[in-house]
Formats: sequence, C-alpha cells, structure tokens
Amino acid sequence: MSKTLKAGAAALALGLATLTGAGVSFPALAQAPAAASAAVKIDNFVFGPQALTVTVGTTVTWINQDDIPHTVVADDRHTFKSRVLDTDERFSFTFTKPGEYGYFCSLHPHMTGKVIVKAG
Amino acid sequence: MTHDDTPGDRRGFLKCMAWAGTGALFTVSGGLASSIGLDQAVAAPAKAQGFTFLQISDSHVGFNKPANPDAKATYQEAVSKILSLPQKPDFILHTGDITQLSKDQEFDDADQIIKQVGLPVFHVPGEHDMLDEGAGKAYLDRFGKETKGAGWYSFDHKGVHFVALINVVNLKAGGMGSLGADQLEWLEKDLSGRPSSQPIVVFAHIPLWTVYADWGWGTDDAAQALSYLKRFGSVTVLNGHIHQITQKVEGNIAFHTARSTAFPQPVGGQGPSPGPLKVPTEQLRSMLGITTATFVRGREPIALVDQTLAT
Ligand SMILES: [Cu+2]
Repeated sequence: MSKTLKAGAAALALGLATLTGAGVSFPALAQAPAAASAAVKIDNFVFGPQALTVTVGTTVTWINQDDIPHTVVADDRHTFKSRVLDTDERFSFTFTKPGEYGYFCSLHPHMTGKVIVKAG
Repeated sequence: MTHDDTPGDRRGFLKCMAWAGTGALFTVSGGLASSIGLDQAVAAPAKAQGFTFLQISDSHVGFNKPANPDAKATYQEAVSKILSLPQKPDFILHTGDITQLSKDQEFDDADQIIKQVGLPVFHVPGEHDMLDEGAGKAYLDRFGKETKGAGWYSFDHKGVHFVALINVVNLKAGGMGSLGADQLEWLEKDLSGRPSSQPIVVFAHIPLWTVYADWGWGTDDAAQALSYLKRFGSVTVLNGHIHQITQKVEGNIAFHTARSTAFPQPVGGQGPSPGPLKVPTEQLRSMLGITTATFVRGREPIALVDQTLAT
C-alpha cells in the first residue's frame, strides 16, 4: 500500500523533472520530442513495462521500487549498464539510435526487458 | 574472516581459523568404511573421522528494510547460538550474501560478528557480495587469496573433500546461476583421481538443482558439475540464496539449502516475487537459522540438522 503511494510519487516526480528541466510550456514540449522521457519501474522483480516503445532521443529512467537491489544491463553488456540500484535509486539512459535493446538484471538474470526505439 | 599465515596450505588454514556464524551443523559420515580399492591406493586420502561443521548463509549485513530492520543483530544472534552449541564444530561454511550491498563497512561489520566464534570460516560469495565498483574485488580481496578464477577452491578435512563453487558471476540474460566452462574444467580435474569412496561436500550460493526456474532458483550448467559427482558414494550439496529449507536426494547426491540469518523469502511461486517476506516480528526468528552437519565414519550420508534462532 505504501509501495503504491511511493510508486505514484516517483512517477510524478519524474514527470515534473522533465517539465521543469525542459523549462517550456506544454505546446513547446509537444514539438520537442528530443527531450522526451519515459520511465520503467522495477517492482516485484519485474521491469514494467517489460517492452517499452520510444522515439529516438528519449531518455529512459529505471526506478527500483523493490527492497532488494537490482541492475539494468544491456544484453551486449556495454550499450548501457547501471551500477547497483538500491531501493528508490534510478538509472537513466538516452537512446540516440533506432533499434531494439534487450536488457536484464545482472543479479537476477531471469528479469528481462526491452526498449524499442523508433526513428522520430 | 581470519586469514592464516601459511598461505597455500588449506589444511593448516582450517586448523588455525576461528569458527563463526549461525548456520547448519553437519555431521559427515565416512564413505571410506572398510573397502580399500585401487583408486584409493592411488589417491590415499586421510582416513575419514567423525566431526561436525556448520553452515550459515545469507546474513545480508546492511539490510534494514521492513522484513528485518537489523540484519546485523540477527547475525549476532546466530553467532551467539553457535557459541552455545554443545558440540564445538570444526569449522563453518558461509554460503554467501554475507552483505547486502558489498560495502566495506558491511564486510567489516560481518567480520566483527563472525570472528567471535573463533573457528575457521570458509566462504563463497552470493550475488550481493559482488556489487562493488570492482564487481567482486572487495570480496576477493578479503576471501579470495587462495582461490582460483572467480573464487573457487577445494580442501580436505578429516578425509572429506570440500569444494567451493561460484555460481553468481557472468550470469546471462534470461538465465539462472552459472558456473562457466573454466570452473567446470577445474572441477573435473579437482575430482579426477579421487576414490569414489571419498565423501564429497560441495557448497555454493545458488542451488545446484532447479528449485523454481521462474525465479531463477537454479544453476544453468549444474548438470555438468553433477555428472562429475555421480560416481561418488556420498555427495552433499549445500546452498543458500532462497532463504528457506529445501532438500532433495538424487541418487547418491543430497541437496540442502539453509535458512538465512536475515530474512525469509516465500516458497517458490507463492507470492508476487522472491523478495523479502515480511512476517510478524514475533515470527521472524522462527524463520531464520543455522544448520549443523554431522559426519560419522561409515557409509551413512552426512546428517543435517536445521535450528532456528527462535529455539
Ligand atoms: Cu535484480
């Protein structure tokens, strides 16, 4: 229950950060997909959403909402690789090329996800 | 863990080390008995004598979440339990996840607690012990001095051969625990030439049989390792990682996982995830514990007795 609250707050905080970071009004934001952002929650040993589709230039932020540390590591082990994320810690990566990026948690490798990046 | 001043000699190391930990107490039973085969004439291990040792696991020092706000305190309780055992074990095996986040402070705190038992402690790392920037350097600097590869090693004690395997590194996306080709090759060599009558104890963090695949509770290439162990008359495989007792016997191989000293986890598939299981505070200690192994000279398997911190 407190977990749900926390999750909501985290998502909200992320949204606010994007808006204030861009420092623009809503119409301008809509015209600036390069500053787009998206979030993946790590909850109960699951990446959610498991498959995320974004456009080129999107910054994806993973947030660990478990009581156990996790990592976010690209299947090729080098395109992106977080350090260990303890509870409520985050990792961000900006996707600059179209493609399909599989990733997993190197501590719990049964945890997998993917980011599909489409050309703008 | 206490380090011996005669590197290279694990037997000496064993004698000099201090006991520590709350775990399982194992009695190792013979396997050598009265038959002396040709293979034994070649390898000639020391005659197996009766003794006990302990297994402790998953102390997660540094963990402070609702499932156990003070994992350091319950680790200390486990050590107190060991100190109160009527029979002093010869040594302790810690089957990994010593710490929660591989921090130096956590390793130091764990060390301060376990050294109180004054017994040798043999380690394998859990995935929580490989989280430093050096991806395991902190662990290996402390415990890897006489080990090979990612930290594997073996030693003999009173005629029983102990093998420490590492299955928490270089894990593959979508997979479970992994031993890797190099370690498997080393294992095959380590066991070759040993008489089939010699009792073997293998210990690793993640189970070497698949307890629950959907949660990664198994080791992808365990079958290869077990194929090298099949010919032995008495094999005991000890693990942690899943924070609950599980046992299975397959031919001459007995598998056993020990409780954690920090927090319980749900039975495989019975819950939303393998994360820490929050139980009422008054129930916590009945779900934490240590394991005692007793080896009696003869052909019987090692006897394992699990005790909780509540008793
Ligand atoms: Cu994970």
